[in-house]
Amino acid sequence: MLLHKTPSIAIVRTMNALEITNLYKEFAGVPAVKDLSFAIPEGEIFGLLGPNGAGKSTTINMVAGVVRIGQGQVQAFGYDNQKEYRHTRRLLGVVHQEIVIDNFFTIEQALEIHSGYYGVKDDPAWRNLLIDRLGLRPHLGKVMIKLSGGMKRRFMIAKALIHRPRLLILDEPTAGVDVELRHGLWDFVREINKKGTTILLTTHYLEEAEQMCDRIGIMHHGEMIALEPTHDLVRKLSNRRLKLWLEEPLSSLPAGLDEYAPTIENGGSVLVLNLPAGANAGVMLKELCRISLNIRDFETDQSGLEEVFIQLTGMGGNNGSAI
Amino acid sequence: MVPQSENHFYSWLPFVTLLRKEILRFRRVSTQTLLAPIVTASLYLFVFGATLGNRISVLEGFSYAQFVIPGLIIMGVINNSFANTSSSLFMSRYLGGIVDLLVTPVTPSQFIMAYTLAAMLRGLLVGSVVLVISFLFATLPWEYPLLAALMAMIASFLFAQFGLIAAIYAHNFDTLSVYTNFMILPLIYLGGVFYPISILPDPWSSLSYLNPLFYLIDGFRHAIIGVGDTSFAIAFGVSATIAATLFVWAAWLIGKGYRLRS
Repeated sequence: MLLHKTPSIAIVRTMNALEITNLYKEFAGVPAVKDLSFAIPEGEIFGLLGPNGAGKSTTINMVAGVVRIGQGQVQAFGYDNQKEYRHTRRLLGVVHQEIVIDNFFTIEQALEIHSGYYGVKDDPAWRNLLIDRLGLRPHLGKVMIKLSGGMKRRFMIAKALIHRPRLLILDEPTAGVDVELRHGLWDFVREINKKGTTILLTTHYLEEAEQMCDRIGIMHHGEMIALEPTHDLVRKLSNRRLKLWLEEPLSSLPAGLDEYAPTIENGGSVLVLNLPAGANAGVMLKELCRISLNIRDFETDQSGLEEVFIQLTGMGGNNGSAI
Repeated sequence: MVPQSENHFYSWLPFVTLLRKEILRFRRVSTQTLLAPIVTASLYLFVFGATLGNRISVLEGFSYAQFVIPGLIIMGVINNSFANTSSSLFMSRYLGGIVDLLVTPVTPSQFIMAYTLAAMLRGLLVGSVVLVISFLFATLPWEYPLLAALMAMIASFLFAQFGLIAAIYAHNFDTLSVYTNFMILPLIYLGGVFYPISILPDPWSSLSYLNPLFYLIDGFRHAIIGVGDTSFAIAFGVSATIAATLFVWAAWLIGKGYRLRS
């Protein structure tokens, strides 16, 4: 198979793919990123989330070198991205939020050029693999301006991978693309991650982030307000809900369950209890045994990342799953 | 497993690639970048070489065509060197494509030299074609051909730098056109392309010495026909100094990422 393990280049120094220390940036006196510090170990899929204006893209652009660093330090695989930028940029691939293409060239020409920019000789086998995996083959003869929006997005992924980066940065790569492309794109990202490429992504689709990311950092007003493994973040911060179907309908709420904010539904035949984040489920179950309810069935559910996100940032949801 | 050679970083490759891309860019739109300036210069040659030129005499011992052709050649070199760097870099900034370069290991010196060499190539290519077409209208004495080539290269280098600087400072297409229409064009026309400044009355004659383009035009013509309004050494010295100054300026801007990185 041609999609082989991402080559480990001799110059790699540390296990952390990215290490950000006390990063600060302001525009016209307004802080955009404030004293940000976090690290991404090699091989991880890391999601950087936050509402618009949280400082995600500014952070990514400082890592990539598009935005000058105000204060602090960014290291990629142990290399300082200001003092040793030729090393760090060689190791990074960036898919920008805005579609950036050069209208003068065809897909193949542009990919060859981008490989050269990174000091890597054109590898036709790798180039063709990217073209095929991203479904660009039928459009090879077209100049960029003739490509559809979705094709341009696909091309941008190919462009970011053409020099075989060890850290791929995806800044909202699925913004405005259809469901099929989004699924195909995330499948491809998972695949290259399994082969060794570290991924840093931002997305407004929280379900995708929840499914894709090993860890998630949530930024708000330029600061990191949460950084946890995805499962822990959701478990620790989200409420769990227990729904009990009773054999005999209740006429009033049972005593002793106040701390679980009980409600009754379906004329008293369904009792709903909320287990707050961090609360002990065993204590609640003991309490239920004590009051001896005749339970026919039960159902539990847990709110997802979206609820956690809203809880942390105070932002409302949009379209159910996108923020 | 991928062979190690596939990972090799060729430090010269970003420069060669950017240079190649810049050359491909102007070749891709050659009607606009090469053909149009050649047609314009040919029309000048026809008007001043074959028609009006026979009735004008501005320098004793030389036909008007012999006088004006060096000026027209250097005008083509200047305009096209400037146009190449200014339009390419400004379009990259304007359309956002510049970020594709900013995230790569291309160094500021590679950046500036690739843009400069591509612009010089286009400028000198247009100048060479104008020269070839001029054979139809006059025979030039070619007193110092190597010095003429040197002056043409300084002119193209100088205006490649100026194009980079203009592209960085320009806010929009309108500002960019100010450099072309209100700086370069008047300075070329008043810099002695069509007449020797010695025939102007004072103070215009003296003021013309303040025009930096006069030294490029006069130096190039001097190298070809053997006479000029000023000595070749002065023309060369002033032109080389301006070129070096603009290079330092452009290098400082690009090295700093001024208006390229936010």
